[in-house]
Amino acid sequence: MSTSYIPPEFRWTNDTETCCRCKRCIKQCGWGALRWEHRVVADQQACVGCHRCEVFCPESCITVLPNPTFYRPNANWTLRHRKNVYRQAESGGVLLTGMGADQDFPVLFDSLFLDACQVTNPSIDPLREPMELRTYLGRKPEQVEVAVAADGRVSLKTPLAPNYQLAFPIIFSPMSYGSISLTAQKSLAMAAEALGILWNTGEGGLHEQVKPYAHCAVVQCASGRFGVNVEYLHAGAAVEIKIGQGAKPGIGGHLPGEKVTADVSTTRMIPLGSDAISPAPQHDIYSIEDLRQLIFALKEAVDYQKPVGVKIAAVHNVAAIASGIVRAGADYVYLDGVRGGTGAAPSVIRDNLGIPIELAIAAVDQRLREEGIRNQASLIAAGSIRSSADMAKAIALGADAVAIGTAALLSLGCTLCQKCYTGRCSWGITTQDPELTRRIDPVWGAERVANLVHAWAAELEEMLGAMGVNAVESLRGSRERLRAVGLDDRTLAILGVKPAGVGA
Amino acid sequence: MTTTEQVEADQQAGVVIDAAGLHYRDLNRRVRELVAAGETALTLRNVRGQRYIGDGLTGKDVRITIHGVPGGDLAAFMDGPTLEVFGNGQDAACNTMNDGRVIIHGHAGDALGYGMRGGSLFVRGDAGYRVGIHMKAYKTQIPAVVIGGCVGDFFGEYMAGGMLVVLGLDRKPGQRLVGGYLASGIHGGEIFLRATPDALPRAPYLSSEPVSADGLKALTPRLRAFADAFRLDADELLAGPFTRLTPISHRPFAAKYAPA
Repeated sequence: MSTSYIPPEFRWTNDTETCCRCKRCIKQCGWGALRWEHRVVADQQACVGCHRCEVFCPESCITVLPNPTFYRPNANWTLRHRKNVYRQAESGGVLLTGMGADQDFPVLFDSLFLDACQVTNPSIDPLREPMELRTYLGRKPEQVEVAVAADGRVSLKTPLAPNYQLAFPIIFSPMSYGSISLTAQKSLAMAAEALGILWNTGEGGLHEQVKPYAHCAVVQCASGRFGVNVEYLHAGAAVEIKIGQGAKPGIGGHLPGEKVTADVSTTRMIPLGSDAISPAPQHDIYSIEDLRQLIFALKEAVDYQKPVGVKIAAVHNVAAIASGIVRAGADYVYLDGVRGGTGAAPSVIRDNLGIPIELAIAAVDQRLREEGIRNQASLIAAGSIRSSADMAKAIALGADAVAIGTAALLSLGCTLCQKCYTGRCSWGITTQDPELTRRIDPVWGAERVANLVHAWAAELEEMLGAMGVNAVESLRGSRERLRAVGLDDRTLAILGVKPAGVGA
Repeated sequence: MTTTEQVEADQQAGVVIDAAGLHYRDLNRRVRELVAAGETALTLRNVRGQRYIGDGLTGKDVRITIHGVPGGDLAAFMDGPTLEVFGNGQDAACNTMNDGRVIIHGHAGDALGYGMRGGSLFVRGDAGYRVGIHMKAYKTQIPAVVIGGCVGDFFGEYMAGGMLVVLGLDRKPGQRLVGGYLASGIHGGEIFLRATPDALPRAPYLSSEPVSADGLKALTPRLRAFADAFRLDADELLAGPFTRLTPISHRPFAAKYAPA
């Protein structure tokens, strides 16, 4: 075995003067990068820069820095390209990575600015006045008819399609048990219940421990059909057909056999230790008509009692595809942009396929409006919603709600080291090692995740108040409340947003 | 038919529904309501392409007889009942079926038994493409698909568990027993084909050998049930010859990836 040509990415150092030799850092490292030889010694190659040791060092004597190794600069052959060539020359493999794209992709949210009230229209103080963030996921009627009884009481005559009431326009994105630990998933489930929002099983079934939270779960039906049976479909609040994911549009997923532990095998209902392969396509879906067949197979199975949605990656033809999905009978369309996260994806796919979520929301919302079918389905936007501002802008562009995955995991300690696919996460998030998963206490985790959502909700209320509206419904698809800086005319036209400086 | 036989037949038929002109939603709602009310025997007549019959239906003792051609996703997500079709079947029958029995006295379409986890599907005639794909097994649940005739390409694709059988009955001259890309991506389960290994396509990911005594032991009860369902001679079917195909690896793609 020859030496790797790739220098370590990080340089781990500790101040031996202040080090109290407690060895906690060695214990905390899930990567086996640290060992004891009369002092703490680092295997620099093994360090992934997750900073777990640094956070848990009682003396704060650990520093993890990028390795300052100097390569001759080359703007074309960046260090990233060179390292990838070395890696592939060594392994011959498709390079795997985790989390969302880390490259300098344009983030259109950052070029968009929200409106505010001044003089001619009053703003609203959310501390003083009620603010409505409640959001309903599902099909809305074209119009409603009411009946007025003799005593003057008004009742609804139009039958309503099943809708799910969210306390905030935020849900958790699909993350399966298998891709994340049960303690991490339970944290999300408990937070969703406490918040009055939804979590999502991903394609990993429903573990006994999270079944009590199934009433606020979206249960996914994807190409591998893992864990899908009648009980599972009935247990959830909504059913979701997963077609694609922003980080890996058009490709499937593999949960490697070594991660299919006894518990994971039970939850997915598959043999122990065998690869859990979710094929790229769902082979019963080759057309919108086929998609309709599966949507209604699921609706029949749950007796039309729950919304059935479809999750797709934002790709070039996303508006036409979304229109087809709505016409196929989906109650919501979940759009996942190119910057969306993943537990494992080939980096070439993650970093090159798909389109940014901002353009996808605008294109889909516009298309559905033009076709007069926008009311037939809710629109969920995901793919790197990093803040309440991203959320507000996504809603102004036309989304009903946003889904967050990475932000939720960050609140559990994730530092975006991008090594989720190794199953060694020192933070106990993307691992099945019981020594590591017990680092997350779901009660503690749920509180942190709920804190994040409450904070974003409060910020959204502040923004709504500043814009002089008292309901998120008033911001939805209201692109007039957005202005852009530095975007070309064509992009502005797609976003349906005016350049900053242009008035009403 | 004597009077006694007629009475027996009527008892077996249970509640009879004339499906002519009924939308699938109305037909299936009636089926669900009757089953929920405790009916265990139903007969559906004049079925003309109505989808989702038996979809999500539960109850081991429920038995539905279908006359005509049921539409797609017959017995999808079904968990327990027995469906017997006197006619042909369409695509995606037994989609993600958890348990139960489906018997089709005719031909059937593509993507049968997709992601099936338990129970059995018997088709007397031929079946289309991508039959028995991504079938899995779980503990005591071992799904089986037995095709009496021949099947198309990608039979047993991504197979992760269970049993697939192709018998090649009534094979026309020049008709292939199985199509191309047989069991591509297989990583579990077993396939029995009524042919000698040399008469079958080979693939680097498949181990193929004449069936052993042990293999025959697993196959026999399934074949006997198949023969019973269609009133065929089980011993004649069991005489084979059979080839048993199994995956070389439970981790077929393990070496494909490298850390970035």
